[in-house]
Amino acid sequence: MSSTQILQPLRLQSLPKTMIGPLLITGLLMAAHLSFGILDTWSKLFTAIGATVLTEQVLHRFMTGSWRNLSSSYVSGISAGILVRSPLFWPFALTGAISIASKYVFRYRGSHIWNPTNFGIVVMLILASDHMAVLSIQWGNNMWAMAVIWLVGLFTIYKVNRFHICATYILAFLAFAFLRSGVTGELFLAEIAPLTGPMYQLFVLFMITDPKTTLPTKRGQIVVAVLIAFTEMIFRFFEAVYAPFYGLFIVGPISIFVWHWLQDRKNTVS
Amino acid sequence: MDVPFWKKLTAALLFVGLLFVPYLIRLSESANLDAETAANRESSMERYGFYLENRADELGIRFTHQRSDLDPQLDHIEAQIASVGASVSITDVNMDGREDIYLTSSAIGTPNALFVQQPDGQFTESASSFGLADVNTAELGVSMGAIWGDMDNDGDEDLFLYRWGTPTVYENMGDESFFRMVANNGLPRHVNANTALWTDVNRDGILDLFLGGYYHEDVNLFHVTSTRLMPDSYEYATNGGLNYLFLGRGDGTFEDVSKEFGIQVDRRWTLASTAADLNNDGYPDLILANDYGVDQIFINEEGRQFRESGEEMGIGFAPKSGMSASVADLYGTGEYSIYISNISEPGVLMQGNNLWVATGKREEVPSYQNIAGSVGVERGEWGYGGLLTDLNNDGYPDLYLANGYISDEPGTDYWYDYAKVVGGHKEIIIDAKNWPAMNGRTFSGYQRNKIWLNSGSGKFREVGAAVGGTEITDSRAVAMIDLHKDGSQDLVVANQHQPVLVYHNHQEPDRKWIGFRLEGSQSNRSAIGAEVLIHWDQRVSRQTVHGGNAFSSQSQRALLFGLQDTKTVERAEIRWPSGVVQILNEPETGTYHTVLEPSSLNGSRLLDVSRPSDGATTSNESYSPDAIKTSILPTPSNL
Repeated sequence: MSSTQILQPLRLQSLPKTMIGPLLITGLLMAAHLSFGILDTWSKLFTAIGATVLTEQVLHRFMTGSWRNLSSSYVSGISAGILVRSPLFWPFALTGAISIASKYVFRYRGSHIWNPTNFGIVVMLILASDHMAVLSIQWGNNMWAMAVIWLVGLFTIYKVNRFHICATYILAFLAFAFLRSGVTGELFLAEIAPLTGPMYQLFVLFMITDPKTTLPTKRGQIVVAVLIAFTEMIFRFFEAVYAPFYGLFIVGPISIFVWHWLQDRKNTVS
Repeated sequence: MDVPFWKKLTAALLFVGLLFVPYLIRLSESANLDAETAANRESSMERYGFYLENRADELGIRFTHQRSDLDPQLDHIEAQIASVGASVSITDVNMDGREDIYLTSSAIGTPNALFVQQPDGQFTESASSFGLADVNTAELGVSMGAIWGDMDNDGDEDLFLYRWGTPTVYENMGDESFFRMVANNGLPRHVNANTALWTDVNRDGILDLFLGGYYHEDVNLFHVTSTRLMPDSYEYATNGGLNYLFLGRGDGTFEDVSKEFGIQVDRRWTLASTAADLNNDGYPDLILANDYGVDQIFINEEGRQFRESGEEMGIGFAPKSGMSASVADLYGTGEYSIYISNISEPGVLMQGNNLWVATGKREEVPSYQNIAGSVGVERGEWGYGGLLTDLNNDGYPDLYLANGYISDEPGTDYWYDYAKVVGGHKEIIIDAKNWPAMNGRTFSGYQRNKIWLNSGSGKFREVGAAVGGTEITDSRAVAMIDLHKDGSQDLVVANQHQPVLVYHNHQEPDRKWIGFRLEGSQSNRSAIGAEVLIHWDQRVSRQTVHGGNAFSSQSQRALLFGLQDTKTVERAEIRWPSGVVQILNEPETGTYHTVLEPSSLNGSRLLDVSRPSDGATTSNESYSPDAIKTSILPTPSNL
């Protein structure tokens, strides 16, 4: 997730803009870990961060001849450190490296097309699911830490004018959960249960709102949020545990291609 | 970025290289696995020193566990709620010097089984005649496990049966019959217990009882009044059953000291327990493996109370699904390591098992570090009993891990629905009616047990495919038994809703060993909690007599040490729970030594017993207290 870019518009003049994202996600991590111990070990987190920072610096230097600010790769490293669950170290490193490398390989009109962490997670689930999993459980019942995450996240999202993306996705998820419940006969509560977990909180607050990989118009963003939820529903019918990641993975780049195609056509016509 | 094509191509190639990493790792792993699978019995014994062969039928041990039939409101997820109860415990029920096997069943009306070993090595099912068969009743509940210990120090082994129901003591009357102790014995009326152990927490010579609750004790799973009985979180649950500590009075009655001793500090879902003296102060500490949360270590403060120290010791912080707890001196250092199995399901939940080794001391308690990943014992599957025992008698305990949750309709999978619910808020996960129906689906089933060999140099190697002993079963409890008293560490594996397996351990004949049968006098007669440290080959190996271990199991009380090809043991040091330390110089190898705890002599605590020249150290014979030659007073830290 490139929350650095999301968080930059915050008017926290006392801090350099590039520091806001890393500080906020570090705060979230600390709140969750100190209250619930969400990390198996610190060393795995540091492995992920080390991999993202190293990959970013090497590739950026190689491609552009300059060093890259560390904030984006640091945030991606923390994201991988939180989301990846494995008793081994290398999945943390590889997820981080693939996430960052994807930014330099898959580009369209000067920008990357996948949220890096979403890409890394999905690729790892496809290639290495026998060695890793993704965070999918509750962090705990003490709600204050969750409240901090929601409040900080929503505040940030509100400040960068992306609250509508989260709201749309949540409403769409609820609607499709109702539909799934009707089709499968499962209880509605069971269908919406994942939304109350930390995986979705991270996904909703940070991943689908990544400005680098979302459309520039509000209307487009709302449509894409609904499409992500719809695609996720399809995956859920096939019992994919990590359906939201797959949904974003597919809908994200397609929406960018389609939006550019529509813009080109509009410009041609005009 | 205006980047030259060759640079883009280079980045793309690097990216493709990254994508190949999992493939290369898998290739490397499968290459090793193929080599292991290709081995046969002869080459396995030559290469690894042992081979396991299931001989349950030949030995006359035929028994199939039956799972519980719960309240109809739980029918849709009954297979996972009633997923435990297959247990095994080893005892010498009739004191004839031969090990016997007790197995539990968990459906009302189905019998438990007691296989009594005959002189010819065959076993005869005798639970009915001993009065230990028809113990799963609507009135008392169903068996979850059994542990044996001489609670009244009368020379025979009594039975404590823990249930989803009424925990019950059966007194061994010494005439091949048992008397069920009921009412006013100090035990609670109803506990949904999945673990228990005998231990002497205050070292008064009388066995005490630890009992671990899983489901809340107010829940009757056969007649539920509310379906809000599931854990309120998958890794941070706070609504499990209470744990209990009962001080024994020596007459089959007990005093509940759970609160005074600091045992009932929370409501975790305790699934397994074991006891060992982790901080070397002479008192047994408690190690609890908790499902849906962090594990716990209760440090015994001189038999007066316990202090929960898991987090302080580095163990009780990251929550997982603790399924089994066992300890062993893995590296010949005289220090215990702790193995706790957890759950790993590729792509869904990768907790990894924990191997905690002591790395130092912090404020009077040892600090631990999880090295399971670096030594290679982290990746199990849906783990249950993890037994640390020296399968190839090379002097280093190996690891046998029971795996497999629910093997039902092949090709089906419940994981998606499970993951959906356990990620939810407590108001959703806590109510069984919110859980999707299993509908006969398999849930982490059809898994093989794992066997890791300890190299002694810090690494473990998985050899299950080569050495046998890993049938596809829903295994739960594993216990060690030396079937033929020949020093081979045979195994009994109790499987859920499936037949029991008894693995004969074919040993490489040159492997040496030594065994000790201990009998307390000042200490409890079963010698539970006693430790033996043997000094050999410039190292020390340490074991303790357990009153319950791993998951729902109790191995034979006689301690067995592998010595590889070493023919002599310099000395054996026996630390009795009473505080007496007894030294056996140059005990003979290749036999069991029956050792009676000597009486205290003039306040001396350390007793040096030289090996009698008349061969009194042969199996089933005893050291006589007359053989005590010297006495030395130790400092308390020696104890």
